Amino acid sequence: MQKVNTDVERCKGCYLCIANCPKEAIKKSGKVNLKGYEYIIVDNDKCISCGSCYQVCPDYVFEVN
Amino acid sequence: MKYKVPTTVDVMKTTFCSGCGQGVVNRLIGEIMEELGTAEKLVVTTDVACGAMNVDFWNFDTIVGAHGRPLPTATAVKKVRPDCLSLAHLGDGAAYNIGMAETMHAAIRDDDVFALVLNNCVFAMTGGQTSATTMLGQKTKSSIQGRKVEVEGKPFHIENALSGMDIAYLARGSIESVPSIRKTKQYLKTAFEKHKNNEGFVLVEILTPCPTNWGMTPVESMKRIKEEVMVEYPVGEFINRGGGK
Amino acid sequence: MAKVLMTGNEAVGEAAIRAGCRFYSGYPITPQTEILQYLSWRMPEVGGKFVQAEAELSAVNMLYGAASAGARTFGSTSGPGFSLMQEGISYIAAADLPLVIVNVMREGSGLGNIGASQGDYLQMTKGGGHGDYHTIVLAPANVQESADMMVLGFDLAEKYLHPVLIATDAAIGQMVEGVELPDFITHDIDKFDWAVRGCKKGDKPRTIQNIYFMDDNYEQHLREKYARMVENEQRWESIEVEDADIVLVSYGISSRLCKEAIKIARKEGFKLGLIRLITLWPFPEKAFAEVNPDVKGYLSVEMSTIGQVKDDIRLATGCTKLVDNYGSMMELPEPEGIIEKAKSML
Repeated sequence: MQKVNTDVERCKGCYLCIANCPKEAIKKSGKVNLKGYEYIIVDNDKCISCGSCYQVCPDYVFEVN
Repeated sequence: MKYKVPTTVDVMKTTFCSGCGQGVVNRLIGEIMEELGTAEKLVVTTDVACGAMNVDFWNFDTIVGAHGRPLPTATAVKKVRPDCLSLAHLGDGAAYNIGMAETMHAAIRDDDVFALVLNNCVFAMTGGQTSATTMLGQKTKSSIQGRKVEVEGKPFHIENALSGMDIAYLARGSIESVPSIRKTKQYLKTAFEKHKNNEGFVLVEILTPCPTNWGMTPVESMKRIKEEVMVEYPVGEFINRGGGK
Repeated sequence: MAKVLMTGNEAVGEAAIRAGCRFYSGYPITPQTEILQYLSWRMPEVGGKFVQAEAELSAVNMLYGAASAGARTFGSTSGPGFSLMQEGISYIAAADLPLVIVNVMREGSGLGNIGASQGDYLQMTKGGGHGDYHTIVLAPANVQESADMMVLGFDLAEKYLHPVLIATDAAIGQMVEGVELPDFITHDIDKFDWAVRGCKKGDKPRTIQNIYFMDDNYEQHLREKYARMVENEQRWESIEVEDADIVLVSYGISSRLCKEAIKIARKEGFKLGLIRLITLWPFPEKAFAEVNPDVKGYLSVEMSTIGQVKDDIRLATGCTKLVDNYGSMMELPEPEGIIEKAKSML
């Protein structure tokens, strides 16, 4: 199971999640969403479900299981 | 699910700029409404500009107020519907520039109303002009060499203006980091509980970024809040009538 | 019910209470202050809410909030304070909200003075605040009408979901006359589903909006709303206009002196008539259809130096007749002066 569900169409490329992830589990995906932002991708193996990305994301990209 | 965005603030994708602080503040409001069981009682009066866009994103009853005047509007809502929670959603320009009289007199009357002030040190929607809380030296579209004491005076501190006043609650939080966001949620929750109990005027200011008008990336903006803005504007509880929870 | 003696200002306050109004906000300004004072004790007595605001700007935005929440709401002010309220009235009109605001007019522009005058005709009837709107404006001529028009004002405000203004003045506001007060009405705060109260889970949230760029039908809605007001709400009183050589056009306190002038003039064989405006907006254009087709001219009698009603008379008559004005912003028009001016138009 994914530790984090992401809705990357919401992503506006602020990358506050990358700056605040304590395990460096989030990075830019290299792909662009419909709004034109390069969205993020979560490495499920590194993720510890701490919820930091959920806390800092202004656009509700993340929900943590 | 461990962390799930409240449905009350997640109606549709927001149209705020990348890295805008409003999304996080909205989520905190939604979480607190769920925790207090008051989501169906909240009426929010927004100011104009960026904040007014929230009426499309929230599952709360809302009023789009006049610039600087959401506090009297929200005060009246509470007076005629005392079972409601009434929140005035303001920016620094609304609360401390054009609406300073309304802010002060809501405090003087100790009105049963919640003033939420998102302080990003700038008039945002109009393109980034000097506000009462613009930092000294901060360059804006109407202070291109930076704010100067001899021209615009010193940055305005609400905790000084309301110091010693008989109001229910006054606090300032920040959303520049995960610990700050958690702390800010505590301030907001305390304020909402006091408002729910009709304890009088509550004001919570939150330091938020405006990457667009600061000319910074969102990550740089959060760094600026930590290193500069929070030095000028300390976070914490300033007035808590009747003590803690 | 037996008549009681009251000032126009007190009658306005008491009639509002009886019409089910349970929220008032205002600010002290002469010659309106008695309304504020009356409601400061009377409103709490009936379980309503009274706020003396820090300024008219704040007062009008309190009215905006109370009306948004479904309460019957009214405020009052005078000239300079009315100017301050105009921004809020524009918001209230844009938000389709029903409420009543009373302007007890005083003299002059600037600070002017506290005596009776009728200088706010233009800013009350032409929108006045920013943007594209009109408001219904009612003009009582005595204390009884001041009370009756509060009730009518609320009814019209709710019929059209629109602010209604009442244009009274220092003379009507402060004179004491016998008045039969209206019956008590209970207003249900939940009468309108659009009124904010908190959104039940699963329901569509209510929004009191004054920004409309997303709504394709908004302009059509506005056109129809104003057209209905113009068609249905023109109110006036005509006196001996069918054979008149000169027709006076007047409202409020001035119209009472016009009635006196007509009596005196007719005794002398000078055929004067009167169209007394009861609604200032919509302007009672229909009244002019009843006038003697051979009328020599129209004389606007108003407490104004510049003659604010004159242009509306010209428009209502298609600029086919002589139109002039008589009056001072500082003094009540004398019947003798009215007759002399009217004669000069023959």
